[in-house]
Amino acid sequence: MSFSEDPSALMRAALAGDDEAYRRLLLFVAAWLRRVVGRGLAAAGRPQADGEDIVQETLLAMHLKRETWNPTQPLQPWLRAIARHKLVDHLRRRGFTDHVDIDDHADTLAAPAAAEEGTASDARQMLATLPERQRTIVEAISIEGRSAREVGVALGLSEGAVRVTLHRALKALARVYRGEQS
Amino acid sequence: MKTEQLVAALVADGGRAGRPIGGTVVRALAAGLAVSLALFAVILGPRVDLMPAFGTWRFDLKLVLVAVAVMAAGVCCVAFARPLSTAHWRLCVALLIVVAAGSLAMELSVLPRADWMTSLVGSNALVCTTAIPLFSLAPLVGLLLALRRTAPASPMLAGAAAGAFAATCAAAIYAFHCFDDSPLFVLVWYPLAMVPAIAVGAVAGRRLLQW
Repeated sequence: MSFSEDPSALMRAALAGDDEAYRRLLLFVAAWLRRVVGRGLAAAGRPQADGEDIVQETLLAMHLKRETWNPTQPLQPWLRAIARHKLVDHLRRRGFTDHVDIDDHADTLAAPAAAEEGTASDARQMLATLPERQRTIVEAISIEGRSAREVGVALGLSEGAVRVTLHRALKALARVYRGEQS
Repeated sequence: MKTEQLVAALVADGGRAGRPIGGTVVRALAAGLAVSLALFAVILGPRVDLMPAFGTWRFDLKLVLVAVAVMAAGVCCVAFARPLSTAHWRLCVALLIVVAAGSLAMELSVLPRADWMTSLVGSNALVCTTAIPLFSLAPLVGLLLALRRTAPASPMLAGAAAGAFAATCAAAIYAFHCFDDSPLFVLVWYPLAMVPAIAVGAVAGRRLLQW
């Protein structure tokens, strides 16, 4: 993984409350994951169509489980472990049980385009499994790009209430990705 | 949802760290141990000769053994709760093996061969193998609930380690009741009594600690 900035430093800044550092880190990680997941799927002989789903599921896991990272350790091995876990989990759900090593095939396969190739699952379809309040808030923030404060004003809620609902929605979304009921 | 849109939602949720996991685990374990201590006080209570027992090397060695086991299991429990565990746990398990082997060698060198069997069988094996699983229960429940916040590389292994941690804590409580202090008894019956909690932890962990 090569970042123009030190990802461990970005993550430490994010954990200290620097949202801009967190955004840069997540976008870097998403691009890196796209390559890792693409290679993993190719190595397992699976179609690339699900790739972006796995990327998103891994990003969600990284976000929700960020406290399991030890800030005295480098970030990359921890990220790689999460990516491997999610990739193996995804393949297992689809009946693929062989060992997958995401570090293999690093040079033998061309990396897919860094640009997003679209997602297999339709956005609204994924969000549709969430309760209405959660869905409204996630859509307003992610798709319409509004801030928690703006969404709160629009819905007549406090910013804190919006944040709490958003957090619940993200946890529910992680369960949806795992194929459980939300 | 496009990945960039998901990133916007994640940033809005904030990267700032929540409450440290270590604190959550400690609180959950403490709550479980409080239940086990209450059970201990009601059902068994400490041995009547507790104070004089502190003066005997076998009782003190038993406490050291149990303390090292609690430490090793605790380190394993925390290590296995991460996606990527550091290697500290191996050192702790190695230390436990060394202390156990040392205790065994010491006992076998001082105890006449004719008394080995008597010490091993002891007189409390049934109480031991009942009380330790019982006292493991509440700490195990607490630990498993706390560990749901974590991301174990192997949920089953993490559950088993939580079971071992709960069982060693239970053994530490039970040690104050039991007067079978011989390392021969402790090294046979205590680990046997920990099997149920470890097995339950592994099975429950596999379901509860998925992420």
